[in-house]
Amino acid sequence: MRREPLINAAILAVLLAVPLWAWWTDEPFTITLATRVVILALAGVGLNLALGLGGMVSFGHAMFFGIGGYAMGILASQAQDYEPLMEWPILIEGTKSMPVIWLTAIVFSALGALAVGALSLRTTGVYFIMITLAFGQMFYYFAISWPAYGGEDGLSIYVRNEFPGLNTLDPIQFFALCFAILLAVLFFMSRLAKSAFGLALVAARQNQERVQTVGIGVYRLRLAAFTISGAITGLAGALFADLNRFVSPTMFSWQTSGEIMVFVILGGVGRLYGPVAGAALFIVLENVLGGLSEYWHIYLGALLLGVVLFARGGLIGLLAGREVAHD
Amino acid sequence: MTEPILEIRNLCKSFGAVVASEEVSLDLRPGEIHALIGPNGAGKSTLIKQIAGNIAPDSGSILFEGRDVTALDTVARARLGLGRTFQISSLAMGLTVLQNAVLGALGRRGRVFRFFRPVMRDRALLDAARDALQQVGLEDFAAWRTADLSHGQRRQLEVAVALTLKPRVFLMDEPMAGLGAEGSLRLTGFLNELRHEAPILLVEHDMDAVFALADRISVLVYGKVIATGTGDEIRANPEVRRAYLGEEDAA
Ligand SMILES: Nc1ncnc2c1ncn2[C@@H]1O[C@H](COP(=O)(O)OP(=O)(O)O)[C@@H](O)[C@H]1O
Ligand SMILES: [Mg+2]
Repeated sequence: MRREPLINAAILAVLLAVPLWAWWTDEPFTITLATRVVILALAGVGLNLALGLGGMVSFGHAMFFGIGGYAMGILASQAQDYEPLMEWPILIEGTKSMPVIWLTAIVFSALGALAVGALSLRTTGVYFIMITLAFGQMFYYFAISWPAYGGEDGLSIYVRNEFPGLNTLDPIQFFALCFAILLAVLFFMSRLAKSAFGLALVAARQNQERVQTVGIGVYRLRLAAFTISGAITGLAGALFADLNRFVSPTMFSWQTSGEIMVFVILGGVGRLYGPVAGAALFIVLENVLGGLSEYWHIYLGALLLGVVLFARGGLIGLLAGREVAHD
Repeated sequence: MTEPILEIRNLCKSFGAVVASEEVSLDLRPGEIHALIGPNGAGKSTLIKQIAGNIAPDSGSILFEGRDVTALDTVARARLGLGRTFQISSLAMGLTVLQNAVLGALGRRGRVFRFFRPVMRDRALLDAARDALQQVGLEDFAAWRTADLSHGQRRQLEVAVALTLKPRVFLMDEPMAGLGAEGSLRLTGFLNELRHEAPILLVEHDMDAVFALADRISVLVYGKVIATGTGDEIRANPEVRRAYLGEEDAA
């Protein structure tokens, strides 16, 4: 019953082999597709912490994806226009440095998740879904109506941001960077899932009363998970914006929230590599089915329905069998 | 006489027209087992829930070690040292037996916000958890998924998790239910020793166990305590015989 680690390793191997092959055969488009998979997987890994481990069905994770995206967009556009963000009381300038942009994306999406979570987690079930959706839409409409950064049209960044020692304009190098981040976050998540915090969080999903009875408050537990979850999805947003060199309010839309959720469900809710498998499957379907028919979403819908009805563990569950509870 | 650890004063609770607690007063003293008996629907579980903080009383107060805890929630009361088992097992069903016990030990220790160290490798927590499982006789089932346990075993696990909390007071709601004759006997022997660690407020239907264990017994009927006393006093009490024990004789 220890097939899951092998399957996870295989997923990573394929995700690494495809762009390397594309690099060898000089097909930058395929490398970009693989980079998309990696970044969207990262967004899904973030959501999976809240949804899969914590049982918090957030329909508003696009807001963190968008915050991350706009953190990149705003900093980079100010830098390319040589306009400081703020001169008084302290001088804050834009930047083209990825590490600084990532840190900004993480901090602001974490703060957003902390605030939204603090309010939303007072509700449960359908109300929680609706309130996170509502917060997400609030950000969406705000982004549309905020003229300073492109409003509805979004913001273009002419040159990809910089990372010390790398040429980020080279698709394979940017892929490698994103892949390394995904690996690091997956490692962190695998530790978190087995930590004291992870045990309490999972137990609270299964039986909140049990956790309270042993003297552990579930609200703070969930709020912390939601905050970390938002921060990871925010980081993915910053990378996504850098991949496209473009941010727009679409990143905040409920469709984006839905897509991130689809990655998690397709791949396997609560499975560490579920979002990776889900995002890969999604992008493959989008490109294969999307080439065959404009209405490929119908097939995606059917597939999703099949997973929800017949394979609750998603793709990973189908391949690896039931989750092993014991460590 | 020693000060009570737990003191319940004039607790009232109604669900619409159903009066589940009517001016209930009782206490629990160090080293004792105080049994709470009464027919089904008398309000025993409702009383336990009010003491544990799951439901708020309409009026009255609960004092724990001299401190009024009526306004505190379940988590705070658990942290003060109220260790509780449920009539209907309430466990994390997808986790293993050992993980449920470790969760209890973790609750006892606090410091839940640890994100990086594997909790199932934590010696101190594992020792506490294994020790508790061993005390209730579940050590061979440590690696089982909790959902795969029998009902009786789940009750044992409930008790084990409460043990890991090292509480100041045990609140146990029908721990013998579903255990079978042998299991009941074993648990009776165990509780008899456990009272030296912390006093037990014991709701139980198994009258053999109650009369064997209890220092004092309170009888609850329609939300009211109609008598409190030693086993002999309760057996001899005419009102109790009429309202409760008599029913059993007739059956
Ligand atoms: N949440 C509730 N809502 C409405 N009525 C309840 C609720 N909980 C218990 N009751 C009622 O209160 C009475 C006492 O129930 P309970 O405390 O479970 O009895 P016991 O544990 O002694 O069998 C019963 O009549 C029961 O139907
Ligand atoms: Mg009951």
